[in-house]
Amino acid sequence: MRRLALTLLLAMGLLTGGALAVGRPAEMLPDPAAEARAQEIGRELRCMVCQNQSIEDSEADLARDLRRLVRERVAAGESSDSVRDYVHARYGDFVLLRPPFNLVTAPLWALPVIVLGLGALTLLRMRRRTAARPGPAPLSEEERARLAALERDI
Amino acid sequence: MSASTSRRALLWAPLGLAAAGGVGFWAMLRGMKDGSYDPRGVPSALLGKPAPALTLPAVEGVDTPGFAPDALASPGSPVLVNFWASWCVPCVVEHPQLVALQRRGVRILGVNYKDRPAEAAKFLARHGNPFAGLVADADGRAGIEYGLYGVPETYLLDGGGIIRWRWAGPMTPDTLSAELDPLLRRHA
Repeated sequence: MRRLALTLLLAMGLLTGGALAVGRPAEMLPDPAAEARAQEIGRELRCMVCQNQSIEDSEADLARDLRRLVRERVAAGESSDSVRDYVHARYGDFVLLRPPFNLVTAPLWALPVIVLGLGALTLLRMRRRTAARPGPAPLSEEERARLAALERDI
Repeated sequence: MSASTSRRALLWAPLGLAAAGGVGFWAMLRGMKDGSYDPRGVPSALLGKPAPALTLPAVEGVDTPGFAPDALASPGSPVLVNFWASWCVPCVVEHPQLVALQRRGVRILGVNYKDRPAEAAKFLARHGNPFAGLVADADGRAGIEYGLYGVPETYLLDGGGIIRWRWAGPMTPDTLSAELDPLLRRHA
């Protein structure tokens, strides 16, 4: 029974974990729609201190300051793009968890395509070679007789 | 290319790839050792751009005056903007370098980041005060304007108020000789 309760608790934790990323309710905006928009923006902004978390997930001081800034701007009615651009202009491409496509990030985006293309090319060439290779020559009269003899022996 | 040579080339390809990776990794390690490559370092987005204006009050209880926004817009000669706090341990490590720079005549404007004025005053009384101007960024908003990661962080502005260099973390004597001094000479 106790184990079941524990499992349920854990499952609930997993289900609600994403929704409760902002730990303190005091930080949240009173308007749920605005809060949802702020969270959506925050989830795409990297915490520059911890680097592999979004500012919504991080407990770092700087992340908290940025969360507050995002919420202030959302509450003031600013568009999501404009809030993102504000942070992007100050912290650069690295702050965006979804990197934009530009000259510097082009190799990053192009690499999977290039690797897949190289793989496909290699496969294609290998297949063409096996197709082009002549099959084994048909058995001669003598070989056929030997094979028949061998099969009989088995 | 005959079939057998191309197959041989294919056999060597993984080895070549591994060798290239090894060379790249070695270069990275070497760069980390001599300081030319920092895997965590991200160049400031504000390099080559005008320094954001700071309209902040002076720090209470410290003799140093604050500074007007146009102190950064057109300083006339290179100036350092240093973000620091009394609660920041690396700032203690960095402080002697700031004092030395000030003695050499470099103009340093300080931004006291999320600090208590009384603690900031105590810190400066104890470690020396290298700042020509000092303002308080109580809520850290000015830090965000500069794309600050943490304290200490230092920005070099040229005479026209354009950001030319950013150093995240404490400046050591090596930082001064290898990075800052050549830039100060170039922008003087």
